[in-house]
This record gives sequence, structure tokens and C-alpha cells, in this order.
Amino acid sequence: MQLSGGEILIECLKREGVEFIFGYPGGAVLHIYDALFRMQDDGAPRHILVRHEQGATHAADGYARATGKPGVVLVTSGPGVTNAVTGIATAYMDSIPMVVISGQVPSSVIGSDAFQEVDATGITRPCVKHNFLVKRVEDIAPTVKKAFHIATTGRPGPVLVDITKDATDPRVKIPFEYPETISLRSYKPAEAGHPGQIKRAVELLLAAKRPMIYTGGGVVLGEGSEPLRALVRRLGYPITSTLMGLGAYPATDRQFLGMLGMHGTYEANMAMHECDVLFAVGARFDDRVTGNLEHFCPYAKIIHIDIDPSSISKNVKVDVPIVGPVKRVLEQMLEQLDKTRRKPDEKALAAWWQQIEEWKKVDCLHYDRDSKKIKPQAVIEALYRITEGRAYVTSDVGQHQMWAAQFYKFDEPRRWINSGGLGTMGFGLPAAMGVQLAHPDATVVCITGEGSIQMCIQELSTCLQYRLPVKIVSLNNRYLGMVRQWQEMFYEGRYSMSYMDALPDFVKLAEAYGHVGLRVEDPKDLEKTLQDAFAMKDRLVFLDVITDPTENVYPMIAQGKGHHEMHLAPEERELA
Amino acid sequence: MLDRTRDRLPAGRFGPTLPRGIDKGKHMRHVIAVLLENEAGALSRVANLFSARGYNIEALSVAPTDDETVSRMTIVTQGTDEIIEQITKQLNKLIDVIRVIDLTESAHIEREMMLVKVAVPREENGRLGQLVEIFRGHVIDVAGDTYTIELTGTGTKLDAFVDNLQGYDLIEVVRSGPLAIARGGRALRV
Ligand SMILES: Cc1ncc(C[n+]2csc(CCOP(=O)(O)OP(=O)(O)O)c2C)c(N)n1
Ligand SMILES: [Mg+2]
Repeated sequence: MQLSGGEILIECLKREGVEFIFGYPGGAVLHIYDALFRMQDDGAPRHILVRHEQGATHAADGYARATGKPGVVLVTSGPGVTNAVTGIATAYMDSIPMVVISGQVPSSVIGSDAFQEVDATGITRPCVKHNFLVKRVEDIAPTVKKAFHIATTGRPGPVLVDITKDATDPRVKIPFEYPETISLRSYKPAEAGHPGQIKRAVELLLAAKRPMIYTGGGVVLGEGSEPLRALVRRLGYPITSTLMGLGAYPATDRQFLGMLGMHGTYEANMAMHECDVLFAVGARFDDRVTGNLEHFCPYAKIIHIDIDPSSISKNVKVDVPIVGPVKRVLEQMLEQLDKTRRKPDEKALAAWWQQIEEWKKVDCLHYDRDSKKIKPQAVIEALYRITEGRAYVTSDVGQHQMWAAQFYKFDEPRRWINSGGLGTMGFGLPAAMGVQLAHPDATVVCITGEGSIQMCIQELSTCLQYRLPVKIVSLNNRYLGMVRQWQEMFYEGRYSMSYMDALPDFVKLAEAYGHVGLRVEDPKDLEKTLQDAFAMKDRLVFLDVITDPTENVYPMIAQGKGHHEMHLAPEERELA
Repeated sequence: MLDRTRDRLPAGRFGPTLPRGIDKGKHMRHVIAVLLENEAGALSRVANLFSARGYNIEALSVAPTDDETVSRMTIVTQGTDEIIEQITKQLNKLIDVIRVIDLTESAHIEREMMLVKVAVPREENGRLGQLVEIFRGHVIDVAGDTYTIELTGTGTKLDAFVDNLQGYDLIEVVRSGPLAIARGGRALRV
């Protein structure tokens, strides 16, 4: 089969089973777009035309998070690829598999400051797992094969393939062959945990008097949810999760203590502080999770499973490191549990649970349910009821994100989709597009704020083009709320630039884009309006929820504090 | 605002607390050898890693090996044991990196090369000649009063030679940065 570079690229994507390409055309990728056009009826992936390249990367990212399959992006050189950088960095920080194809100026003019030339591999190097510059047509297929392999194995991440325009010249055709397999001598991710370490880990776990399990996004990414559930239930130990790991273990289960960290629950953070054995699974001891390292789990011996050796003992020294894929290692631990006669210390465990029940009585997520203003927490709770806890929920960044994480109880992995590591405002809506395309019949909600939504609002147009019935729930507090909260707490209420003046009429804006807009201001109308919105199954509905502007996210661990030094909501101060 | 804080736990409620965080131990010099794919961008990935993560590079040398698809890099850096562990892990994580070892973990040999250009008055070139001989160097170029000397050895030997040139007009000093190899039969190969 004789193919041009553009055709080869499309053919490679077909072979990789790519369903969607999220992209935006331009000069350097015109040959590729032409190949795509001509191969449309020939099984080429479906191209989704976004309205901004940032939207393309977030949409591909949302698709990847919801499915576990790599997201694919196609952008042009220069501004096309620089616009994509925020989304690439977002995916990198959360270890999301993604392959980004960018056009590059012809190889003959590289380095001459040609029109729309940027050093794409240079710009993206710090925020990709790997990248390639391809200048020859014969290198396209092997490089694309490598890119998918690297993006999806080991600790996943985005890979950029920058292809010069001459490499896709339609006049140059070469025989096409797609490599079946690939092996890189310099890249061999671990396939299982070390048996000796597994044994030590199980022994330490069984010796615990006050055990605690702390799981992260790695469990979701590594499909470790099933063995995790089996292991945790078998041990009967309490479990918490990071923002990124929510859903890996069911939030409605009695052993689940809620999220930990800066806005984690009182019981989860206190149990972290007092535990004597900490079992960390696919988590990376991020500063938003650990608080002040000096106070971190001061009594605990730590076991840590991670696929990435560099995540182990990076921030916190651990006692039993296990490098390997989460799923396999957890299975190995279950096998080891079968082999040993030792059982968890039931007596100590009962006392530990009793202590945890005491902490739960603080009711740290309590809020004023009789308020005359709509409380943001009430919105998430209503949303949870109406969607029966089964929606795919994407979010932006800010207070609304934390309330969503605290109040929407995720029972399944890959349902909670947010930018944890980079904290990218503007992520929510395009990510929701990717999720909705992956799951056309599912309910997809984007929980956002009036600040964040405006960062990628243009994607409303994409949603119309592809009839994506996403439900946007905007918690409109007229503030960059998370910034305002910090200014209230740490800057004596000097609200520097955190007030959102001159907001658009979001209802009209949604309508202008061809969608439905609804506004709700009175708590009495909240439930009904949400129901109306979700009844419109085939329409995008933008719900502008006017919430109490003064509400803060609690509990909160201030920067530099330990897990035991939480701020609770003011009215709860005297409790417990 | 801090009155909202409830520190309910007296320190050490369960006995001694375990120290956390990365050790603030002593910074030591380490020589790390890296084999990497001889590909465009590989060097800059390594350099990027050091600057992005705030590790310092004292010296770096790189060239292709007997296998032309592989380059070998020698990096001299400073750090606590934990930092060095992170450096080697982060290096290993780079897709282009094939193997990494910290040569300072066991017996090894280091050699560095230096070229020195120095102006010496005619009446003193005898002394210069002696010095070059003592340090087992070579004069590799002469132009009028200007001598160019080649010298190989450990970093301290090169430093000592430069110190001995005090008083002369030192025009230019070029150093390669150390190369290093393990003693005995051990080898770093693909
Ligand atoms: C791109 C980007 N710029 C700035 C920030 C810093 N930031 C974090 S939260 C926040 C406020 C978000 O406001 P809004 O979307 O209205 O959410 P709210 O906190 O009010 O719920 C800002 C500015 C960010 N996370 N991302
Ligand atoms: Mg807001």
C-alpha cells in the first residue's frame, strides 16, 4: 500500500483504534486534514472541531479519563501548539494518556523563524512524558507507534509528535507498514511488585493497630479499583482518597472516610494523623494532601505502591516501597493474604473504629440548610439525588470543585473528572465534551463557577455542532470564590481582584449559542429547576445558580499546617 | 482566624513521632554516568530536568560511545542522599535514558582534561617547562611568548597546576569536566 505522510498518520490512528481526533486546522497540518477528508468513509477517526486548541486538549483529556483510552489531538504549528500547552500540562500533571500531533513548518526552514514556527518539542518538553520531531515520511508510522506505547503504559502521560509539513507532502508516497509491536530498550515499566516487598507489606498491614489506607489517582488510572475493594473489605480497615482517586472505592461504603487533605473530612485527616500504619496506593504525597510534612502521619510506618519509582520517597520517606502496576500489586497482596494465617487485630481495630466514629460526630461537612440564599453544598446534594449518583461529573477549579468532591458521592471510578495537579480553570466544559462523546447516553454534568466557565466558554459552540447535551451547573457566587476565601482568611479581607464585575447574562449567552439557559436564585426553586434541566435529555442546559457569595469551603487545613490542625466552619467550632 | 484551629492532640499521644519529609542531611559530591539514546533533544531533556527540579550541575560532558546509537554522559552534581536518589530516579524516567549509575557509590577513576594558554617571558620558559613536566603535561602549541599546554588528571591536580601558574599572564583555561569509569571489571554498558 503506497501512502503519503498524511494518509499514513490517519491510517496509524485507525490501527490504534482511535475513535475521535480533537483538533483545529492550520497551514502546517493542511496535508493531514486533506488526508482526513479523503479517508472519511474509509474508517478514519471522527474529527471534532473545537473552538480553541486548549479545548481540544481538555476534551481529549476528558475522553481519556472517562474511558482509559488515550485522547488524541491534532493542531497546527505555532499558535496552534502554544494554545494546546495548557491542556498538555494539565494532562501531564494528572498522568493522563494523550497523543498530541502538531504540525511543524517544512524541515527546510526550521530554525529560520518561519511563519508560525515555534520550537514545539522545546516548549512542551517539561510537560510531556516524551516528545518527537518527525522530519521524514518514513519515520511517521514507527514514531506514532512509539507515541501510543509510551503514552499508555507505565505511568501514563501526554506524548507530542511534531511533524514537519514536508513529511506529509501528498506527492511523496511510500509503502505503508504499521509495526505490530514495539520494544524500547530504554523504557521498560515494571510489570509486578517485588514478592519480598509484598510479603513485608502484608505483614506490616496485619500488625497494624490503627491502620489507614490512602489511595490516589493511580488506582483509577491503573484500573485497580476491583482488587482495592476486595482488599479493603477483607481487612476491614478505614480508607480515604485524594481528590484524584475519588470513585476507586465507593464513597457510600461505611469504610470510606471521605476525601483527605486541604479540604478533606475531619475524620479522614485525623485518622491520617493518628494511624500507626499507612498504606498509600497510587498516590503521590502531594502538598495539598499531606499538609506540613513535619506533622505528616507522625506515628505511622508507611507502605507505598506506585508504578513510578520517582514518586516513592520523593516528598515523604516510606518504609516499604513497592514499584509496580497498582492492579497487579494489589492482586499479589490478596494472594499473599491467602497464604498467611495471620489475621487483622480485631480488638485494636474495634477501638480504632470507635475513635473514628467519634471524629465523624463532628459532622465536618455541616452547612446551613435553612439559609434564604442557595448554598452551593445544597446544589451538589440535589444534583447527586437527581442524577442518582450515576452521572459523569467534570469540574473546573475553585470552591465549586471542592464542594463537588465533598458532596457528590462517587461510587465508581472514572466518573469524577477534574484537573487536580495543575488546577486548570477552563477544564470542565471541554472535558465534559470528551466524556459525552465517549458515553453518548450517559448523563454528563459540568460543575463550574462563573469565573472558570468563561475561560473556555467558546466550546458551547462545539457542543451545538455535535449535539452534546452536557448539563452545566454554574455555582455563580460573583467571586473568584477560592481566591476570595484565601483573602478572607489570610489577607484580612482585602479582596484584591477576586470580585467578578460585569458578568454576562449566562442565560442569554447560552441561548445565543443555541442552547437552553436557566437561572435559579431561590432555594425553593432549586430542586425543580434542576429536574427541569435534567429532563431535557437531548439539550445542553446551562444552569446559572445564584449562590451565597460568602460561603467558604470547610474543613480547611491552612498551608503549613498538619492534618490535625483543621479549620472547621465557624459555627461548628464548639462541637466535639 | 487561627482560633478556629483545634489542635486536639497533645504531641506524641502515641509515643515518639517519626521524622518526615526529605532529609536535610549533608550535601555530597556525586559523579553520575548516564547512557542515553544518541538522539536530538536527549541532552536537552537531561539539562531541562536539572533546571526544572532545581538540581545543580557542576560539570557535564557528553559524547557518543563505541556504539554510535548511544551517548555517554558524565554529570557531576551535589546533593543529600535523598536528592541524589531522586536525580537517578528522574534520569531513569526519561524515555531516552538507557542506564544510570552513581559512580561515587563505589571505587572509580576520574580524569579531566585541560587546555591552558599562558604568556610567559622568554627568560622564564625553563621554569614553565619544569612545571609542565612535573604535572606530566605537554606543550602543544607555541606562538611567541604564548604557550598552550595540555594536561590530564583529577580535578584537584588540574587546580594545583593552575595555582602554580600564578604570577604568569593566564590567557585562557578550558576544562572538559571529569570523565569517570568504575574500577575493576565492572562496566556500564547497554
Ligand atoms: C487558569 C487559572 N488561572 C488562575 C487560577 C487561580 N484560581 C484558582 S481558583 C480561582 C477562582 C475560580 O473562580 P470560579 O470559577 O468562579 O470558582 P469559585 O471558586 O467561585 O467556585 C482562581 C482564579 C487557576 N486555578 N487557573
Ligand atoms: Mg465564582
